[in-house]
Amino acid sequence: MAHLSLRNVGKTYAGGTQAAVSGIDIEIADGEFIVLVGPSGCGKSTLLRMVAGLETTTEGEIHIGERLVNKLDPAERDIAMVFQNYALYPHMTVRDNMAYGLKNRGESKTTIAERVAEASRMLELGPYLDRKPRALSGGQRQRVAMGRAIVRQPAAFLFDEPLSNLDAKLRVSMRMEIRKLQKRLGTTSLYVTHDQLEAMTLADRLVVLNEGRVEQIGAPLEIYRKPASTFVASFIGAPAMSLLDARISDGAISLEGHALARVGNASGPVTLGLRAEDLRIAPQGIPLAVEHVEELGAQRIVHGTIGAQNIAVIEVGEAAIQDNVHVAVDPDKLHLFDTSTGRRLEVQSQPHQEMAL
Amino acid sequence: MTETTIRTAASNRALLSRLRAWYNADTSNPVKRVQFDRPLTPWVFLLPQLAVIVIFFYWPSVQAVTSSFYIEDPFGFGSTFVGTENYTDAVTSSQYASTAVFTVFFCAMVTALSLGIGLLLAVKADKVIRGASSYKTVLISVYAIAPPVAGLVGMMLFDMHIGPLTDLAAFFGHDLRVGIDYGDTAFALVVISVWKQIPYNFIFFLSGLQSVPTSVREAALIDAQSGLRRFWDVTLPLLAPTAFFLLVINITYAMFDTFPIIDVVVKDKPANNPITLVYKVYLDGFKGNDIGGSSAQSVILMVAVAALTVMQFRFLERRVHYG
Repeated sequence: MAHLSLRNVGKTYAGGTQAAVSGIDIEIADGEFIVLVGPSGCGKSTLLRMVAGLETTTEGEIHIGERLVNKLDPAERDIAMVFQNYALYPHMTVRDNMAYGLKNRGESKTTIAERVAEASRMLELGPYLDRKPRALSGGQRQRVAMGRAIVRQPAAFLFDEPLSNLDAKLRVSMRMEIRKLQKRLGTTSLYVTHDQLEAMTLADRLVVLNEGRVEQIGAPLEIYRKPASTFVASFIGAPAMSLLDARISDGAISLEGHALARVGNASGPVTLGLRAEDLRIAPQGIPLAVEHVEELGAQRIVHGTIGAQNIAVIEVGEAAIQDNVHVAVDPDKLHLFDTSTGRRLEVQSQPHQEMAL
Repeated sequence: MTETTIRTAASNRALLSRLRAWYNADTSNPVKRVQFDRPLTPWVFLLPQLAVIVIFFYWPSVQAVTSSFYIEDPFGFGSTFVGTENYTDAVTSSQYASTAVFTVFFCAMVTALSLGIGLLLAVKADKVIRGASSYKTVLISVYAIAPPVAGLVGMMLFDMHIGPLTDLAAFFGHDLRVGIDYGDTAFALVVISVWKQIPYNFIFFLSGLQSVPTSVREAALIDAQSGLRRFWDVTLPLLAPTAFFLLVINITYAMFDTFPIIDVVVKDKPANNPITLVYKVYLDGFKGNDIGGSSAQSVILMVAVAALTVMQFRFLERRVHYG
């Protein structure tokens, strides 16, 4: 167990002109569960593989514990990795799959047997120890892959989208198991996923990546409540935050000519972010032309347009929804972003002059 | 007269309609019916292949077995039944024994060397990233050379007067006399045969290596630091199906397909050159005109190869893991 630090880490592929990953600075505390999240091609897997030693690091320093590992072989880095397609050795039994890494590190037979027994008890793999991977289901294979990582008792676990090959139901239960197991073992973990829900539920801290750069680092709720940019805002949360072109003039935000709230920010165009759950259908407010309604059971998501701009509203009532409704918004729940850079702007509130909607 | 014609026509028509009924009949098995609507159809498709097997394999085999029990007149005027005499003659002859020993040695050497070198080259080529395709093309291109041409090229390299390999041996103080000295000829035969077979093994090993999933290799990279360990524990077992297939193919190659190479190297050379059993069958049958003896030898060879193949599948295949 150890802390992990990435200092100004970057990678440019040989012959490539643009860096695949650049300027990554993350300090990971001992026992922390960090999730790297971002759309495909954002460099999250590359970054993880650089930590594992499967890709070379062309810039910066990676430390695992007190050791600089940039030049070390993957086997010397004291990490264990869980792959997306499990990467089990097809010709070895479950037991041998788990024991292989330990055998190569010269552990004694009794230690190996103990650790394999313990891991298989934890993961309920007991009955399958003498089977080959091909005789196991996807979920069981995933467990074996986890077991292979656990028995090693490494400084850090690296997970590369380990749940994407499982069906939706199994994914949810495995997600919880991974979280419980990690809490119990207290091993520092780095987890890559493109699924924002998985990221939100697993992470102690989230690292949102975009085009090889860190967009934001923070606790899941912090990122959800205060997205640092329009990219993060639209990526984290489902349905995605509605981002609308608005204007600030005379100390008030107006959207398509409708005044929303009074703010102290400088006048000019601004990108307004509204979460679907912060909006409600009300007798008065901004007129919304309803396009379609998604029924989710507990709630429904109303998609519509204000002027020509798309917006989603979560509605919990059961009444039939008219074609034209009005929506109201809590002025405290607005997100403002700079229209040109996409960075978050803190709302300068003017509490004494709140507008009724 | 007319009556018979009518009767024949009628019976012909009856036969035709019965044939048509048979041809059109539905097969009772519903699974088969999905694929073939008539019972005759699969046989029509099978016919060309069956014809090839029967004409070029079963018929000659039966011929060989039959003539192995006869001593035939060299000019083909007649043959005498002699029972198993041809067999006992072949097996008890000292020349046959020494040829058999050489054949076993030759097979073992050619198989082991061409598999080993093929695998080594494939492993190395698999690691090459820049210019990988040109390496592969260079290595594979030898496969396009026909065995007799390979034999000729080899003969030129080993030629006693102009061969560079003879010069090379001379440089190390050895007087290489291919075609005269038994050991030197054996050496040349092995070298040429191995050289010819390496590209074939290389292609299969390379594609076998490339079908080992990247993530499994990476998992091994994390689990074991030594490259040799990883190769031995992970890559090689996953290559086993390929290796087993190649083993069967290579033994067959060494026994039968090296015929043109041997022919080019030892033909018209002074006697006492090493030859394989297959070449001896040809020599005795077509040069010595001993059809019966050569047939007996080929039957023995056939049985030996069948036994070998069964053994390989029974004992070796059990240890082979098919992903």
